[in-house]
Amino acid sequence: MTATELTTPRAEKVRPPRRPRVMGAGKQLHAGPLTYVVLTVFALVSLAPLVWTAIAASRTDRRLAETPPPLWFGGNLFKNMDRAWEEAGLGKAMFNTVFVAGTITISTVLFATLAGFAFAKLRFRFSGVLLLLTIGTMMIPPQLAVVPLYLWMADLGWSNQLQTVILPTLCTAFGTFFMRQYLLQALPSELIEAARVDGASSLRVVWHVVFPAARPAMAVLGLLTFVFAWNDFLWPIIALNQENPTVQVALNSLGTGYVPDQAVIMAGALLGTLPLLIAFLLFGKQIVGGIMQGAIKG
Amino acid sequence: MSSSKQALAHPASSADAAPGEQPGAAGRARGRGTPPPGKDSWRSRLYRWDMKASPYAFIAPFFIVFGAFSLVPLLYTAWYSLHNVQLSNLDGQTWTGLDNYQNLLSSDFFWNALWNTFTIGVISTVPQLVMAIGLAHLLNYRLRGSTMWRVVMLTPYATSVAAATLVFVLLYSWDGGMINWLLDFVGIDPVNWRESDWGSQFAVSSIVIWRWTGYNALIYLAAMQAIPADLYESAAIDGANRWQQFIHVTVPQLRPTILFTVVVSTIGATQLFGEPLLFGGVSGSKGGSEHQYQTLGLYMYDQGWIIGNLGKASAIAWSMFLILLIVAVIQLLVSRRLRKSQ
Repeated sequence: MTATELTTPRAEKVRPPRRPRVMGAGKQLHAGPLTYVVLTVFALVSLAPLVWTAIAASRTDRRLAETPPPLWFGGNLFKNMDRAWEEAGLGKAMFNTVFVAGTITISTVLFATLAGFAFAKLRFRFSGVLLLLTIGTMMIPPQLAVVPLYLWMADLGWSNQLQTVILPTLCTAFGTFFMRQYLLQALPSELIEAARVDGASSLRVVWHVVFPAARPAMAVLGLLTFVFAWNDFLWPIIALNQENPTVQVALNSLGTGYVPDQAVIMAGALLGTLPLLIAFLLFGKQIVGGIMQGAIKG
Repeated sequence: MSSSKQALAHPASSADAAPGEQPGAAGRARGRGTPPPGKDSWRSRLYRWDMKASPYAFIAPFFIVFGAFSLVPLLYTAWYSLHNVQLSNLDGQTWTGLDNYQNLLSSDFFWNALWNTFTIGVISTVPQLVMAIGLAHLLNYRLRGSTMWRVVMLTPYATSVAAATLVFVLLYSWDGGMINWLLDFVGIDPVNWRESDWGSQFAVSSIVIWRWTGYNALIYLAAMQAIPADLYESAAIDGANRWQQFIHVTVPQLRPTILFTVVVSTIGATQLFGEPLLFGGVSGSKGGSEHQYQTLGLYMYDQGWIIGNLGKASAIAWSMFLILLIVAVIQLLVSRRLRKSQ
């Protein structure tokens, strides 16, 4: 951000001779004032519901039912958060979700890097078909798995246990494809061959060549996977209940009348989103880059 | 993380240490992928085995997870859809053939849910993608603080379906809701967003639009940045203004990306579930008092876990899958037709 701020004024001073007006890579046009106005409107619409969540979370249930809705903060934020934390079980849910999303993130990044490397750089029979299959699996809605998973879970006596929501997501097709796309261009085949010539086994190649080359993409995939796992909804609300919830399960209970107090519900929504908002504040640039990178060749 | 990586790396080093004391010199002489000389042939066999097997070992974790938790359940769902499976009596499954499907086809609720899924899908996807292209176009200008703008547009994506819907329920409430209050300012009568047909569908769609427009804009932006600049130059030389450049260069160049986002959004719309569930509050699985926003995903959850008929829920899941396949084939044919006509 500072870099653009530094370069823009200079670009304005030395105005190049009039060229045909051209958009596109490399020669982007400067945005006019109208562009900034429209972007500001989009930004307000994006942020307003979140800001208003915090405002509503700082009020009382009764105030939220009155007609001019509150537009500024009240004094009940911590009281409401405390109630959401205790009564709605958000506290336990947060710890559970950190564990669930953390485990899923680590294993997805690890396994997706291995599979992505194999698809990008190794030659083996059926690799083309298997890659197509991997991409195709992204089309299958989760609804097609939940009935059998629920029945098996009941058979195993795993009702309400966290492994039921961890195991099905230990590796994702998206992650595999994402790492393949990255390694295809970021990992020179000569590096692998050089290691092979030195007699390195495949696991050694992975450890000393692939992982170092893949590190930036692994970090981004980790962030995306964590967001996805934190927000996963359908299977967790079927597999878990309020006794041992994830954040989304606890929010679902809040929304369906577990605590009939709108201000507490808003405090819960705020608490359940806060960790991801902080992650966006810290790593927003990387997350944006990851989504754009995943898209460009997708 | 490091411990699991180490566990993986460990067998590698032991396998390496065993066959060769000085892998350096001997190894380098071998050349590209040539197995070591036959002197220690078990070692060369090990090497060849490693080359052959490791790709499969690397993709195995993904396919094991996919097989165990997606593919096998998918087939079992088909099997259960041909049975009477009740939540209250999980062991007492009986074969009923196509009864569940016949039951669906003759159920008004199924057709209602299918139609709702379609209308909410259109209301949420079309404006969302159109706005996303426009937004991407703006983000593609040289902006002050361009990263900041992109991150801001993506923040709704960080908000979970549940959190977002809980907030929107309050924003859309009849009394004291922000949206009716703002409408009152411009002289529009309050809308009953919970009960009315189109109002509730619009409200549910708006949650989807809010969460995904920025995400799709970034995908379009990535594709826009990959469009070669000389295409615009030649268009400009031909006298095309900015708008004409957008229509005649940007949009055609984005076509594969547009197709990609349409496919992804269609998949998402077909399985829409969390937004209508939480929008309905306490009796959310019904999708409103008149089932006016009950989608297929919601109908499946209602039949399976509220009513307790898992066999029927399985049939609904497979109907969703079949519908998705049909839509995918149609989209494929349309895109092929479009490409040919160009």
